[in-house]
Amino acid sequence: MTEPLLRVRDLRTYFVTERGSGTARAVDGVSFELYPGETLGIVGESGSGKTVTSLSVLRLIPEPPGHIRPGSYIEFEGRNLLTLSPPELRAIRGNRIAMVFQEPMTSLNPVFTVGDQIAEAAIIHQGLSRKAARARAIEMLTLVGMPDPAERVDHYPHQLSGGMRQRVMIAMALVCHPKVLIADEPTTALDVTIQAQILELLERLQRELGMAIMLITHDLGVVAGTADRVVVMYAGQVVETATTTELFARPRHPYTEGLLAAVPRVDTPREQLRAIPGSVPAATDWPAGCRFHPRCPYAWDKCRTSEPPLLDSGPGHQARCWLVTEPARRSATA
Amino acid sequence: MTAPLLDVRGLVKHFPGERAFFGLGAAQPPVRAVDGVSFAIREGATLGLVGESGSGKSTVARTLLRLIEPTAGAVLFEGADVLGLGRVELRALRRKMQIVFQDPYGSLNPRMTVRATLREPIVIHKLATGDKIEQRVRTLLDEVGLDGQYADAYPHELSGGQRQRVGIARALSVEPRFIVCDEPVSALDVSVQAQVLNLLAELQRRHRLTYLFIAHDLAVVKHIADEVAVMYLGKIVERGPAEAVYRAPRHPYTTSLLSAVPVPDPAAPSRRIVLQGDVPSPANPPPGCPFHPRCPHPKKDARCRTEPPALVEVAAGQIAACHFAQAPMAPGG
Repeated sequence: MTEPLLRVRDLRTYFVTERGSGTARAVDGVSFELYPGETLGIVGESGSGKTVTSLSVLRLIPEPPGHIRPGSYIEFEGRNLLTLSPPELRAIRGNRIAMVFQEPMTSLNPVFTVGDQIAEAAIIHQGLSRKAARARAIEMLTLVGMPDPAERVDHYPHQLSGGMRQRVMIAMALVCHPKVLIADEPTTALDVTIQAQILELLERLQRELGMAIMLITHDLGVVAGTADRVVVMYAGQVVETATTTELFARPRHPYTEGLLAAVPRVDTPREQLRAIPGSVPAATDWPAGCRFHPRCPYAWDKCRTSEPPLLDSGPGHQARCWLVTEPARRSATA
Repeated sequence: MTAPLLDVRGLVKHFPGERAFFGLGAAQPPVRAVDGVSFAIREGATLGLVGESGSGKSTVARTLLRLIEPTAGAVLFEGADVLGLGRVELRALRRKMQIVFQDPYGSLNPRMTVRATLREPIVIHKLATGDKIEQRVRTLLDEVGLDGQYADAYPHELSGGQRQRVGIARALSVEPRFIVCDEPVSALDVSVQAQVLNLLAELQRRHRLTYLFIAHDLAVVKHIADEVAVMYLGKIVERGPAEAVYRAPRHPYTTSLLSAVPVPDPAAPSRRIVLQGDVPSPANPPPGCPFHPRCPHPKKDARCRTEPPALVEVAAGQIAACHFAQAPMAPGG
C-alpha cells in the first residue's frame, strides 16, 4: 500500500475552560491517515471534536486556552508538524496544506478585492510579481467556475453571492496547488442547489489536481456522495473508521448505526425516525467507560466501566465498541 | 368538504427598495419577497413550505401571523380575515396561532428561567390562576419530554434540543390550533433533530394541531408534511400531496432540488442535476418564468423567457407553474 501523506497519531487537544473549572478534552487521542489523492470524510455532530482536529493539523488552535498535549504526533512529508518553528509552519500552511472554512463571509477580508486575496498566497509562497499574481488569480477564478472571472477579480466579497464566495475561498486555497485540502463544512452554509455546485467543483478539482481532501462534515449524505473512506467521531474520539461503502453497508458502532437511522431521507418511504436519546455530553466531563454508553441501546456493565479501544471488525474497518468482541449481545438487546 | 383551518389567498409582501449611498441615493426597485402566494391547510394537517434562501418562505410565515404587515392578499383563519383584525382581536387570535423559531437561543429570554418563560403566556391570556399555573407548567414540560428539574434552568444551561423543547412548550402553553414551525430543527444535530421531529408529530396527533412547516431541507419536510409547496423567488412553483410531489415532481425546479439532496447511501444511483448560477435577486426577477435562466428542462423555449406560466393542475391535487408540467421532465435533461 502507498505511504500516507498525512499521519495523525494520538492527537490530544485540550482547552482550559473559562472559569478554570476544568479541562475540555475536545480531541482525546485521535489517530488516522490520509492517503494521496483520496477524500477522507470526518463525520461527527457538534462537540465531537472534528473541527478542533482539523485546526490542530494546521496548528491553528489559539494557545491559550488550547494546547496540543505532548505525545501527539502529526506527520506530513516526513516531518512532525507539531515540532516545526513558526516560519517552517508558514511555509506549509496555505501552500502544501490549505484549508476552506464553513463561513466564506467571515473568512474573507471585506476591505480587499477577491483578486488581492487569492494573489496573496502566490506572492508569499511562490514569489510571483503583482502582475503575475493577478493573472494567476484570474486563472484560479476560471478554474473554480466563477462567471466573468476577469471582472470578478476586482470585486469585494460583499458584491458576491454565498456560492461565489465559497468559490473564491476554494480558489484561494488552491492557488499554490496544495497536496492536502482541509475542507471544514464547506457547504453547510449554502443552499442545496449551490451545495451541489460546490461538491461537483471539489470533485472535479480533485480529479484535475490530484490532491487529497479531508472533508469535515456533519452530513452523512455529503460523505456518502464524496468520500472514499470515513472516520466517525464522537466525544473527542474516533469511534469508527472504514471505507465509505463498508461503513454505510455494515456500521459496527451503535452511534454510527443510530446516526444513519436518524437521518431523514428523500429517497425512501416515510417512516418514524429513530432518534438517539439524550445529547452529546460536555467535553469537560466525558462519561466513564465507553463515552457513548449513556445513549447506547446495547450498553451493559462492561461498557460503563471499561473504555473500549478501536477494535478490528473487518478489513480496514475498526470500531470502538465491545460488541465487536461480543456480537451476540447485539441480537440479545435488539 | 369542510372549510380549511387556514386559507391564504394571493398573499403579497413587497419591501421598499433600499437607497444606495448611505440612504441618500436613488431608491432601488422594491423587493418582491412574496408575490401572490395561495394555499390552504385543513385542520390536523401539515403543509411543508420549502425553498432556498431568498425564496420568501419565512416572509410568508411572518405575514400570515401579522408579525409583518402584508402588502396585499387575504388570510382566512377559521373563516375570519386575519388581515382585517384590530389590535385587541389580534391578541386573541395569537392564542390560536403560534410560532416556533429556528434559533431557540435567540428567541428565549436569557434572563428568564424555563418556568418564567412558560408562565408568562398563561398569565397574559388568563388561562389559569394560582396553583393551576404551576400545574400547567409541569404538564407542558412533561408534554415536550423535559424533566421537571429543568423548570428552574436558564436557556444557557440547556442543550440546543432542550431549548427547542422549551420553544415548543411555550407555543403550546396557550393551547393553539395552528403552529408555524419556522425551520425548527435546522440548527440541531442529526440525532437531536430526529427527537424534535418525532415530538412535533406526536404533539400533532395528541392535540389535532395544524402545522405550517417551513424548511430548506426537503428530507426533513418529507418526514412531517402531508402536503408540500415549493417556493422560488416569492412564488409557489409547485404544490401538492407530499407523496406525489416527492415521487413525481412536475416543476423542473422541484426535480432539481430533490436531485440535489445528498442521500446517505453510497450505493444510491446518482441522478444529481446541478443547476447553474445563483438565485436571481427578488428585486429584479427575470421576465417570463422566473426560473428560466437556471432551468435544465430540455424543451425550454422562447415562451419561457416572455410568458410567466400559471399554476395549473397536473395530477390529482398537484399543481405546477411550468409550460411543460403536463409531463414529468425527461431524464438526462
